[in-house]
Amino acid sequence: MKRYLFSAALATLLAFAAGVLAQSNPALDARLKKLEEELRCLVCQNQSLADSSAPLAEDLRREVRALADQGKNDAQIKEYLVARYGDFVLYNPPVKAITWLLWFGPFVLLAGGGVIWALVLRRRARRGYDDDDLPPDPRAVDAGVEKARELLDDPRA
Amino acid sequence: MKALRLLLPLAVFAILVVFLWVGLSRDPREVPSPLIGKPAPEFRLPQLHAMDKQLSTSEMKGQVWLLNVWASWCVSCRIEHPLLVELARTKVVPVIGLNYKDKNDLGIAWLQRYGDPYSISIVDADGRVGIDWGVYGVPETFVVDKSGMIRYKHIGPLTTEALERKILPLVRELQNA
Amino acid sequence: MIPELGHFALILALLVAIAQGVLPMIGAQRRDAALMAIARPAAHAQFLLVAFAFGCLAWSFATADFSVELVAQHANSQLPLHYRLAATWGSHEGSLLLWVLMLTGWATAVSLRSRNLPAALLARVLAVMGLVSVGFLLFLLFTSNPFLRLIPAAPEGRDLNPLLQDPGMVIHPPMLYMGYVGFSVAFAFSIAALLGGKLDATWARWSRPWTTAAWSFLSIGIALGSWWAYYELGWGGWWFWDPVENASFMPWLIGTALLHSLAVTEKRGTFKSWTVLLAIIAFSLSLLGTFLVRSGVLTSVHAFATDPTRGVFILVFLAIVIGGSLTLYAVRAGAVGGGAGFAPVSRESLLLANNVLLVVACASVLLGTLYPLFLDALNLGKISVGPPYFDAVFVPLMAPLVFLMGVGPVASWRRAELPDLWTRLRWALAVAVVTSLLLPFALGRWSPLIAFGLFLALWVIAATAALVIQRLRQSPQPGLFAKLAANSAAWYGMILAHLGIAVFIIGVTLVKGYEIEQNLTMTPGQTVRVGDYDFTFRGVTPVNGPNYSGFAGAIEMRRDGKLREVLRPEKRIYNASGMPMTEAAIDTGFFGDRYVSLGEPVSEKGHEGAWVMRVYIKPFVDWIWGGCLLMALGGFIAMTDRRYRLKVKDRIAAMAGAAA
Repeated sequence: MKRYLFSAALATLLAFAAGVLAQSNPALDARLKKLEEELRCLVCQNQSLADSSAPLAEDLRREVRALADQGKNDAQIKEYLVARYGDFVLYNPPVKAITWLLWFGPFVLLAGGGVIWALVLRRRARRGYDDDDLPPDPRAVDAGVEKARELLDDPRA
Repeated sequence: MKALRLLLPLAVFAILVVFLWVGLSRDPREVPSPLIGKPAPEFRLPQLHAMDKQLSTSEMKGQVWLLNVWASWCVSCRIEHPLLVELARTKVVPVIGLNYKDKNDLGIAWLQRYGDPYSISIVDADGRVGIDWGVYGVPETFVVDKSGMIRYKHIGPLTTEALERKILPLVRELQNA
Repeated sequence: MIPELGHFALILALLVAIAQGVLPMIGAQRRDAALMAIARPAAHAQFLLVAFAFGCLAWSFATADFSVELVAQHANSQLPLHYRLAATWGSHEGSLLLWVLMLTGWATAVSLRSRNLPAALLARVLAVMGLVSVGFLLFLLFTSNPFLRLIPAAPEGRDLNPLLQDPGMVIHPPMLYMGYVGFSVAFAFSIAALLGGKLDATWARWSRPWTTAAWSFLSIGIALGSWWAYYELGWGGWWFWDPVENASFMPWLIGTALLHSLAVTEKRGTFKSWTVLLAIIAFSLSLLGTFLVRSGVLTSVHAFATDPTRGVFILVFLAIVIGGSLTLYAVRAGAVGGGAGFAPVSRESLLLANNVLLVVACASVLLGTLYPLFLDALNLGKISVGPPYFDAVFVPLMAPLVFLMGVGPVASWRRAELPDLWTRLRWALAVAVVTSLLLPFALGRWSPLIAFGLFLALWVIAATAALVIQRLRQSPQPGLFAKLAANSAAWYGMILAHLGIAVFIIGVTLVKGYEIEQNLTMTPGQTVRVGDYDFTFRGVTPVNGPNYSGFAGAIEMRRDGKLREVLRPEKRIYNASGMPMTEAAIDTGFFGDRYVSLGEPVSEKGHEGAWVMRVYIKPFVDWIWGGCLLMALGGFIAMTDRRYRLKVKDRIAAMAGAAA
C-alpha cells in the first residue's frame, strides 16, 4: 500500500514539477497559507497541504485558490474537500459526537486533576505539618555530611 | 477504594493494549470515501481514443459499471492491469478507464503494450475530475450502480481476492437488483 | 565472518541477559549473596558482548559489506564513510541494536556507580534491566536480525535515506535513545523498590541522578530532532505534533513530572507511591513510543519500515513489561504508606500541581496521538488530529504550569505563607507585566498572544532572579563568592533549567508572532524585499556531491544596501534512490535566522531560469533549541551535586561526627 503510493508520488513529482507563478496578493496568500496548514495532504505520510510538494497537494492547493477566487470562505472550502475526502483532510477535527472525548477529554482530565489535587491537599493538611516526627531535613543532614567530608578530606584537620 | 485506585493505571493500560492490538490490523493510510452511497460526481470528459467524442456520468445510467483510475506513470497500475484485462474478457461488467493526469500518447502506448480492458477510456488531464471523485492514490476502482450511485471504492491495485470476494459479488447483486 | 561473530555475540548476550535477569532476582529473594553477586559481572559481560556486536555491524557498514542485507539496503559505496557509520543506526534493526547497547551501557554504569547501594537493591535493579534486555534481544534475534546475509551478495547497496545523511541526524538518535533508555534505570529502581518493599527518601536519592541524566539526554535528543526538521525538511517548521515527535515528547513530560516528584520524595519522604508510578509510566511511554514508531499503526513523517509481526512482538512485550509492572504496583504500592503532611500552600502542594498539569498534558498528547486509531478501531471513520488541536489544548495546560514555575522555588517546604510569597514576588510580577505589555510595541506589532507569551517567559526570569537575589542576601556567608558557593549544584541546575524554559518560550512566542514567509518565483537578477532584507537571485549552478547531483542557487542578501551574506540553498537528487532533497540555506544569528529554500524550476515561457523558492525571516528561532540546551545543561549540573556521590560510610561517619 505504502510503497505504491510513494512510488507514484515520486514518479509524478518530477514529471509534474512545474512552478505556479504566484499572483501577488499578500492578504489572500496569508489566509490560504493558514488554511492550507490545517488541511492534510492525503498522499503524504503526515504533512499539511502547505508543506507538501506532492502533485496531488499542488492540485489541491490550486483548487483551494480557485475556490477562494470564486469568493468561497474558509468553511465552504473545507466543506468542499470534506465532501470528497472525508474528515481525514482536516487537521483540526470538527467538534461532533465522535470527537467530544478528543476535544473535552483534556479539560475533563484537568478538572479531575484539580479535584484530586484539592483532596490530597485537604488530607495532607489534616495530617498536620507542624509536628516534629518528620524525617530529618535532608538539607541539614547534607550540610553535616559535607562538613564532615571536608574535615575528612582536609589533611590538616 | 484504595485498591481500586491502585488498579486504575493497569485498567487504563489494558484498554490501551486492546486498541493497539486492533490498530495493528488496520491501515492508517486507507481513507474511506465519503462518496459511498452518494451519486457519482458528474463529469463530461473527452475519450482517449477519440478526443472529439465525450462521455458523461449520466450516459452510464441504467447499468452497473466500474470506474478504474489509472495512468501510464503509475507503477502499481501495472500490477493490477492483468486482472482488469482478464475481467474485460469475461464481459461481466463494463469498465471505464479514467486516464488520470497523463499524456494522451503515453496513455495510448501503455494500453497497446499491456492490453486495453476498458469499454471506454476518458481523459482527466488536469486531475479535476479526480478531485471530484476523491482520488488520492492511483490506482483506484469505483463500483457504480444502475441509478448512478457509488457503492464501493477500492484503493490501490486490485487483487484477485478483492475482485472475487468483494467487487464481483457486489456487481452481481447490483445487476440483479 | 565478522557479521557471524556479531550474531553469535548477540546470542551470547541473550544468554547472559537471561542469567542477569533471573539469578540475582532469586538471590535477592532468598538473601543469597552468591546469586546476587552475579548481577554485576553479568551486566558488564552483556555490555561487552552487545558492544562487540554493534562494532561488528559498524564494521560491516564501514567496509561496505553488501553481503549483509542490512548494509545492502541502507548504504552504498558512494556514501561517505561517516554516513556509512551513521547508517549503522539508520535502520530499524540497527537502531534497535543501539537501543540494546545503551540499555546495557546504562546497566553497566549503574553497577559501577553503586558501591553504596544495598546488595539486594542493586541485584534487583540490574535484574530488572537484564529482563528488559532479554525482551529486546529476543526481538532483535527473532524479528529484526541485523546480521542476515544476502546470498548472493549485492554488487552495490541501495542508499541511506537522504534525509538522514546529515550531521544532526547522526547524533539525534543516540541522544534520544540515551534518554528513552535512561528511564529504564528509574524504572528498574522502582520495580526493585516495590519488590523489596523498601521505598524511602534514600531510594529517591539513589534514583534521582539517573533520572536527571536520562531527562537531560532526552531534552537534547528532542531538541536535535526539532532542529534537524527545521533545517532539513525545507519548510521552516520546527515542531509538527507528528506521532513520532509526540512519542518522544510524552516520556519527556512524564520525566519532567518525575524529576519534581522525586525531589519531594527525597526531601520530604512523601509522594512515594506516586513517584514510583511516574517512573513506571515514563519508561512505559518510551516503550510505547518504540511501538508506535515501528509497528505502522500510525502514519508519520519519519516512521521506520514497518512490519506487522514486529508490531505484534513489541505489543506482547509491552503487555508483559508494563502490564507486569502495573500489576506489581497495584499489589505492592498500597503498603508504601503516606508520608508527611503539608499545608495547602507549600512547596509540596505547588509541586503536586506541577505534576497534575504535566500528567494531564501528557495524557492529552496521548489522546490526540491515538484518537484516530481509537476511532478507526471502533469503525467510526478516519480523522486526522494535527497541530491546530494540539496547540489549542496544550497551551492552556502549560500556561498555568509556567506561572507556577515562578512561585514554586520561592515557596518553602511544609508551609508557605501567601503574604510572604506576595512580598517576595510582587516586584518580579510587576516587572514581567509591564515589560511584556510594552515590549511588543518595540518589536513592531502588539498582539495579546505575543504579550502573553512574553509575560510567561519574563515572569519566570524575573521570579528566578528574585529567588537568586533573596537567597544570596539571606546567606550568612561573607562575600559574594562564598554566598554563591554555599548553594548546591542541584539548585543551580534547577535555576538554569527554569531559565531554559523561559528562553524556549521567548523563542516560540517571537517566531510565531513575527515570522515572515514568502513564496516567490524569482528570475535571475531579480530583487525582492522580505522584512528588512533585500534578496537578489543570481541564478543556479550545478553541484555534484559524492553521491548526489543537483543545483545550488545563489541569493545575495542585503540589509540597507549592504551585502550581508550569499545564501546557497541546494536542490539535490540522490543517485542511488533518485530521491529529491531540499537543502535550505540559513543565515543564523542571535536575534533570528534568514532562511531560503529552493522549490522547483519554472518551465513557463518568458521565465527562463526562474525558480520557485521560499524565503523566511525567523526572529529568535534559535532560542527554541538554546532553551532546550539550557534545560539539559541544568540537568547535567544538578547531577554533579555532591550529595549524590557521598558513600553511605561517609554519611554515617558524618552523622556520628555531627552527633559527637
